[in-house]
Amino acid sequence: MQLKRKDVLAISDLDKDEIEFILDTAQSLVEVSARDIKKVPALRGKTVINLFFEASTRTRTSFEIAGKRMSADVINISASTSSTTKGETLIDTAKNLESMSPDIIVVRHSSSGAPARMAEVVASSVINAGDGCHEHPSQALLDMLTIRQKKGKLEGLRVAIIGDISHSRVARSNIYGLIKMGASVVVAGFPTMIPVGIEKMGVHVAYNIEEAIDGADIIMMLRIQKERMDGALFPTDREYSIMFGLNLKRLATAKKDVLIMHPGPINRGVEIAPEVADGPYSVILDQVSNGVAVRMALLYILSGSQQGGSI
Amino acid sequence: MTTKRLNILDSTGVNRAITRLSHEIIESNKGVANLALVGIRSGGVILSQMIAERIKEIEGVTVPVGIIDITLYRDDLSVGTHHPTLRSTEIDFSIDDRVIVLVDDVLYTGRTVRAAMDELIDFGRPKMIKLAVLVDRGHRELPIKADFVGKNIPTSRNDVIKAKLDEEIAVDIIKSIG
Repeated sequence: MQLKRKDVLAISDLDKDEIEFILDTAQSLVEVSARDIKKVPALRGKTVINLFFEASTRTRTSFEIAGKRMSADVINISASTSSTTKGETLIDTAKNLESMSPDIIVVRHSSSGAPARMAEVVASSVINAGDGCHEHPSQALLDMLTIRQKKGKLEGLRVAIIGDISHSRVARSNIYGLIKMGASVVVAGFPTMIPVGIEKMGVHVAYNIEEAIDGADIIMMLRIQKERMDGALFPTDREYSIMFGLNLKRLATAKKDVLIMHPGPINRGVEIAPEVADGPYSVILDQVSNGVAVRMALLYILSGSQQGGSI
Repeated sequence: MTTKRLNILDSTGVNRAITRLSHEIIESNKGVANLALVGIRSGGVILSQMIAERIKEIEGVTVPVGIIDITLYRDDLSVGTHHPTLRSTEIDFSIDDRVIVLVDDVLYTGRTVRAAMDELIDFGRPKMIKLAVLVDRGHRELPIKADFVGKNIPTSRNDVIKAKLDEEIAVDIIKSIG
């Protein structure tokens, strides 16, 4: 098995076998992070550039740790320290980095499609670490890995995704992935947060949280992303919390073996109550641990497929 | 080019070899204290379990058995086309100060064993690493030698050795002719 591509830009590009292959590889790599010596020589001599045009703690650290545990050389570039502040275009930045022969470039950008545009002009593999409101494939993969570990499968599960679906690349990647893997997805949020025509992606829309979490095996709470909202989608944080926040009272109506997920960072007391985020159903920190394994798998698979010259 | 398949060890032969390997391992270790087996994926996994069962029959003691997947330690990751599929290493006991017997079905170039030793040492500092194989087919490319050998089989590089240890137990050699 191998990936049929040089880049991982979107879950919508991947077929079910490819997703399964990445998840199986990631599962095999979980054990490396539990060793005393958390390092394997697989990617010795490979160079990974983390190019982050947008703030990130979790994803950037996760890719950096993943690269280092696989023995790759990892270089981090953030927007504030890059030449883009001097007016360099994305394509020029890409071509200049390419001239230093990296094997993999990990890109986060506030514009949807920026990683895909970069992938066209460089021979290195490009991994999308989140682009605008488009996709965040490694997040969806780590979410699916977490669900698979806890539930033993993805097929037939009911997943509720609550929050600002329109602006969420996490939601979009998860919807594509979960549906491909045979799960059913229900979304809920204020009508201003639900994109028109989202039913065409195969999801069910609920306009209140109670309906969405009824019978759900997994509740995925999204972060309220103030940085992506042009103007108000809802009156106040307090009103959002009252209407769509996950608290203990609502959790009591959910299935007894429900999993609570959140891609982070959490706005405590807004979309999720602290006692839910820290409670027994929460797998939020498992998601973070699995992120490292998923990213190790992506780096391993892509640095192998490159040599075959397959694009 | 046609091929001819010949049986080298039948089920009885494999079982006798495993019995002898088990006795030799116990003898060289002067018992089973401090002993652990680690099977190399994929051929060494069943074999290591079979040896552990035989040791239990002989000594009445269950020795720890682990599994090692050497994929991440291969020396051809940078030259191959696609990276081989990974499976996990499962060693859930401390290898520090233990006598570890690495187990594989077929010993050939020795590159797999090199990778397994490097990986093992990332898990701790064993007192000693020994190597047990069902078949030694020669053609070493590294200075590696097995401590316990089920059967030595002279081969040509074009031959393929098939060791089946699941339901049907047999070791065959597939020789190419012409």
